Amino acid sequence: MARRKSSIHGREGIAGWVFTAPMIIVLGLFLFVPVLMAFWVSLTNWAGNGNPFGGGETAKFVGASNYTDLFLKDGLTRSTFMQSIGNTFYYVLLVVPLQTLTSLFLALVVNNKLLRGKSFFRTAFYFPSVTSSIAISTVFLFLFSNSGAVNGFLKLFGITGPQWFADSRGLLHLILGLFGADNPSWAQGQIFGRTLWDWLAGPSVAMCVIIILAIWTTTGTFMLMFLAALQDLPVEVDEAAALDGVSAWQKFRLVTVPMLRPAIFLVVTLGLIGTWQVFDQIYVMGKGAPDNTTLTPAFLSYSQSFTSLKYGSGAAMAFVVFLIIVLLTWFQRRIMREDKKPGWWRRRSTLVGAASSGAAAAATPADSTSAAGAHR
Amino acid sequence: MSSTRTRRTRAVAMAAITGALALSACSSGGGFNTPAATQAPAGGPVALKMLIASSGDAETNALKAATAAWGKKTGNSVEVTAADNMDQQLGQAFAGGAPPDVFYGADTRIGDFAKAGNLYAYGDQVANEKFLPSLVQTFTYNGKLQCAPKDYSTLALEINTDLWTKAGLTDADIPKDWAALETVATKLTQGTVTGLVIGNDINRGGAFMKQAGGWVISADGKTMTADTPQNLAGLQEIKKMMDAGALKFNTDTTPAAGWGGEAFGKGIAAMTIEGNWIKGGMQKDYPNLKYKVVELPTGPAGKGTLSFSNCWAIAAKSQHQAASVDLVKFLTSTDQQLAFTKAFGPMPSTEDGIAKFKTDYPADAPFAAGGDYGQGAVNAPGMDPVMKAFNSKMATLSKGGDPKAMLADLQKNGTAALAG
Repeated sequence: MARRKSSIHGREGIAGWVFTAPMIIVLGLFLFVPVLMAFWVSLTNWAGNGNPFGGGETAKFVGASNYTDLFLKDGLTRSTFMQSIGNTFYYVLLVVPLQTLTSLFLALVVNNKLLRGKSFFRTAFYFPSVTSSIAISTVFLFLFSNSGAVNGFLKLFGITGPQWFADSRGLLHLILGLFGADNPSWAQGQIFGRTLWDWLAGPSVAMCVIIILAIWTTTGTFMLMFLAALQDLPVEVDEAAALDGVSAWQKFRLVTVPMLRPAIFLVVTLGLIGTWQVFDQIYVMGKGAPDNTTLTPAFLSYSQSFTSLKYGSGAAMAFVVFLIIVLLTWFQRRIMREDKKPGWWRRRSTLVGAASSGAAAAATPADSTSAAGAHR
Repeated sequence: MSSTRTRRTRAVAMAAITGALALSACSSGGGFNTPAATQAPAGGPVALKMLIASSGDAETNALKAATAAWGKKTGNSVEVTAADNMDQQLGQAFAGGAPPDVFYGADTRIGDFAKAGNLYAYGDQVANEKFLPSLVQTFTYNGKLQCAPKDYSTLALEINTDLWTKAGLTDADIPKDWAALETVATKLTQGTVTGLVIGNDINRGGAFMKQAGGWVISADGKTMTADTPQNLAGLQEIKKMMDAGALKFNTDTTPAAGWGGEAFGKGIAAMTIEGNWIKGGMQKDYPNLKYKVVELPTGPAGKGTLSFSNCWAIAAKSQHQAASVDLVKFLTSTDQQLAFTKAFGPMPSTEDGIAKFKTDYPADAPFAAGGDYGQGAVNAPGMDPVMKAFNSKMATLSKGGDPKAMLADLQKNGTAALAG
């Protein structure tokens, strides 16, 4: 004790706490404490009247029943919740890979040394990301309306476009229908109250519009991240690869992509988080219509709380989604981990060798907090 | 002990105090306090807040004028706010503990609000105003009238008289039953015109269920009666006319219409089923359209229509409940209700008011008549999402949806919701 007293380092701990205190207090007060409060609400039957922490009839502690009801109790809450999970699953399944590939492609294009008017294209591609999502959703409503520009364009080729926002048919159902499958007997088994056939619906035609919208609005931001990563790549590796006589495609596949791995990890992670939370587009474009096929858990949680006044159940939904996001991110981290033991994706990158891992680490876009807003 | 330890303790203590102060600053602003509000002392002018789900400027301005008149009489003031998203704003206001004193209570939500303890049930204080019995029933929860009915609307059949004459039909052909409706709708369906265009949810289609002798829920609002043969007959009648091409949902016309009135105004529907709000809509958007209003045709079980209403709800947490009740009495007086009728078209909610309405607006008699037999909205708590889910299923009726399965789902979901 006496030794530490004389040491100048003894005070550093306190100084550290003092300097971080404002942020800890702000984060704690506006993030951590509300999360805990919401968790408590998810364990009660609070209906928005009186104090949720006061107990009594208005905020009775009901244990985990809000959670178990979502999965086990036959009724509307479960069926809509499960439908929203199904909808969002297909949404994520399509949006995340497509937005990652498109943004990578765009980044490569605008990073091309031979491209003229680079700043114009960079601005143009980034533009959808800086525009308000409500405004863009409204524009999409007009574009895809029954007599809108998209259907007008299709008409030029003699195609009668679908009633985009009124079409609740699932894409997979439509494809399966081509092979003559319509609610066949093998798909009648029920999972969480929905038949397998319902789970296999795929995104509805209306959901596809939202998928296109999401890809279009988010690629700009992710393109920027890829661009930053691309510009950080060491030129020497490129040159070495060129000396080894690789083709452009080989260079991309075996040099560029492995070195971009941290950036890809970032984009996929942000994509996963953002897509599971999709809300504002849904709010503007029909609030779940047609036939609940564009309903998402985030929107359902909101309407369950603020419209149906079942705050406990709404909060429970939000925590289930939180859990899904955490699990998916953890899972994805495991697959894409920088491991000493090469995975499938490392094994192919023999060309780059050991040099790449250092370079790749340097290429990580530094500021992930500013990137978190990508999906707004 | 070392002074480092002391200092560290002090720093931690200070951080804790700062945090606690910040927390208490947050919580004192209102929110989670007592469930029942303490009333402000009587006497002295009060400032009331009113939240309305307005249909437009005409309604908002009429309410501002009426509340200003009351304010002048009593020395109080009322701030009228038109909501953008009524459900959400109310939900937030209730949870935040600072709801508006007076607000529009939608018929579909009364059960939810009352069950959650958000309403000040002042029905006994307005008992002698003679509200229409069907409306009183709509706003009664657990045997208590929760709030004074504000006004109401009912559905009737609107007929485009030009298209009617062109199809060679006369007044004698005005449909009195389903068979006649099918006949005229088929005759009126020519070229781009569809005989009958209606909205794609229970708020229009439910009239057929009622005419067939069915309804979603029992009269006491305690049991689901959705999967009955009567309800099925109602939906099958819609489907039958739809298959014959004589009836379309507003979303299925070319071009698709926002509501039945739009298809009707554009002349792609010869008939539609809408409420008395269609009057204002036609005046504004299609002033040259000639049409007449008749009562809905009867079904196998006789007459049936739907009635829609709002009430003047007073928040349980309002600190000015006495003044609010006084304001509501003023707003529901016959003269004031007729002034609203003149300004934006709703029908008065009292027996005196509706009697005057019938003499003042003879052309609207079919709407007023619906007040005697109109079915009010499903108002039991927890039923709102169930009805929304059914509505979205009902929209698929034109795309091969199975009416029997829809009703079975409704029965199942509704039973679960009523159980709590």
